Amino acid sequence: MSMLLTFLQNAIGQGISILFGASGEILTEKSGNLNLGIPGIMYMGGIAGLMAAFFYEKVSGNPNAFVGLVISLLASLLVSAFGGLIYSVLTISLRANQNVVGLALTTFGVGFGNFFGGSISKLAGGVGQISVKTTASAYRAVLPGLSNIPVVGKLLFSYGFLTYLSIVTAIFLTYFLKHTRKGLNLRSIGEDPSTADAAGIHVSRYKYIATISGAAIAGLGGLYFVMEYLGGTWTNNGFGDRGWLAIALVILALWKPVNAIWGSFLFGGLYILYIYMPGLNRATQELCKMLPYVVTIIVLIFTSKRNKHENQPPASLGQAYFREER
Amino acid sequence: MSKDAVNKELFVRVSKRDSISQKKAWGIRFAGIALSLIVCALVIVAIVNENPIRVYMGIINGAIGAKRRFWVTIREALTLLIIAVGLTPAFKMKFWNIGAEGQILMGGTVTAAMMIYFGDVMPNWLLLIVIFIASSLAGLLWGLLPAVFKAYYNTNETLFTLMLNYVAMQIVTFCIVFWENPTGSNTVGIINGATAKGWFSKIFGLQYGLNIIVVLAVTLIVFLYMKHSKQGYEIAVVGESQNTARYAGINVKKVIIRTMMISGAVCGLAGSIIVSGASHTISTSTAGGRGFTAIIVAWMSKFNPLAMIGVSLFLVFMQQGSIQIASQYGLNTNASDIITGILIFFLIGSEFFISYKLDFRKKSKEVK
Repeated sequence: MSMLLTFLQNAIGQGISILFGASGEILTEKSGNLNLGIPGIMYMGGIAGLMAAFFYEKVSGNPNAFVGLVISLLASLLVSAFGGLIYSVLTISLRANQNVVGLALTTFGVGFGNFFGGSISKLAGGVGQISVKTTASAYRAVLPGLSNIPVVGKLLFSYGFLTYLSIVTAIFLTYFLKHTRKGLNLRSIGEDPSTADAAGIHVSRYKYIATISGAAIAGLGGLYFVMEYLGGTWTNNGFGDRGWLAIALVILALWKPVNAIWGSFLFGGLYILYIYMPGLNRATQELCKMLPYVVTIIVLIFTSKRNKHENQPPASLGQAYFREER
Repeated sequence: MSKDAVNKELFVRVSKRDSISQKKAWGIRFAGIALSLIVCALVIVAIVNENPIRVYMGIINGAIGAKRRFWVTIREALTLLIIAVGLTPAFKMKFWNIGAEGQILMGGTVTAAMMIYFGDVMPNWLLLIVIFIASSLAGLLWGLLPAVFKAYYNTNETLFTLMLNYVAMQIVTFCIVFWENPTGSNTVGIINGATAKGWFSKIFGLQYGLNIIVVLAVTLIVFLYMKHSKQGYEIAVVGESQNTARYAGINVKKVIIRTMMISGAVCGLAGSIIVSGASHTISTSTAGGRGFTAIIVAWMSKFNPLAMIGVSLFLVFMQQGSIQIASQYGLNTNASDIITGILIFFLIGSEFFISYKLDFRKKSKEVK
């Protein structure tokens, strides 16, 4: 029982960064942009938050956890939004190919994270291993009392605020896309931009806003990982392939943020399942780690085979829109 | 709201260029490169606080400053080139194969397996031939899978090939468990380090002579195939429009599957060139993002193999150079990824100004 509980708890912990990434990517893809830069943006968001907290703690001498939290949160949002801006300028205004730009952005972003993560102590004057314990403690703070309730407390209330924010974001995005005028406009752009344009919707503006805010949301996934999961430290490439898992999760969730919530827990579970499976040796453990990707491929094949309209990617996904070419 | 809409005058109007002279196009590209170099310099200077001229001298020194560094740059550029060449048929068909990483890894894994299991059984020349064939087959199969599903169910190939990269990565770690050397290191180490069995042998006294021959030969073959064969023409037609292709009596399914088999095979072969011809080991970072960078190389070269040689040389030159800069200043070597990223952003951006024209509207007050 307690092992199952730990498993579920860890699965959720693993899933949250993927959930942020997937929510951001869904918002982006609904506007017709396939942003393969999300993995890079998540690295950017993570390192930006860490650096901001690090320099704040270094400068202030007597750092306040809450101030550190606000500063790092803002830095993370800003830098990952900047990543989204680079992508948007190149693909929306300059009409460059989305896949090419996205992959370049991932190269850039992962390099950005690893470079600053690996060099930060040197840049700051050689202080050794970076650690932002004070700020991280704010990210890791749990509601007092509630988390002490047996079973339920551990399972539901033992997380920092970013965990709850990720779920709220996904629910809000679902509501936004389904039940608001702006959400409807956004979806219509993803399906058929020229018709949306003819109906008087400002296509480029929507695409810019959706992509940049999508990137900012995804960046929080990196921040969550660095601050809550790792407790305020950095290891190069430590974030691993979770960014690509986030893109995979978009498919599994069939482009619906609410589905991404349980999907992210499932992915998180599959990601760490090998630790809890009895009787696995090292080799079969490695095969076990394949599961999230294999499951995604199966879902991808299944949805394209069944060809149900509401489960398909947005029709214009991946294509640049140019008014004079319609 | 309505008033705004009426008075809204676009500051700039974008229209497609009919044609552009080669001279002007290259002028724009070089302007893009120059701008990117300036931005890179600014970034480096901001980080290391050093005279930009010295930084650039350091880059040049790092890329070609010593004989060994020069050859590493050549070797890496060749590797990038063959992957870009391999991706070309698929991309020309508008099949978004972003699974080159996986195809390289599968080719590399099979190469490592051949080196380990057949190292002592065959003479080196035979072993190399077996390696070439086996690695191509492995890449071919890894490319075939998404192609079949694309052809029959129209499965999104971008996402499918992307996922296969990670499956391939797990297969590599799976194999490393068995080939681990020394035990407990979780790496394979240098395979056949003492006997050099399965390593590319020296040709004309050049360590990377065989790399040069194989890569340039494949480049030439793919170039001729794309430009002068019926199949190459069919690929272009399918890429333009599947409907046109069907109307012209082309079997689209067959073309998709056949082309991806070729594309995957070349990427698999690239895996053998990395493992057998350069690193002599296998790990999850054997592909090391080159499958992604090569997409960018192929795309920026407009699928012209000659341009690909230039673009891959340039990118690798800057990468090797910035690795040197980073280690010189005691920084993390990932600086090269940042530099590559910035270069690519500018190069991609400059393509826009080649295919589109901007007309700036003159300021004119409407007279009421």
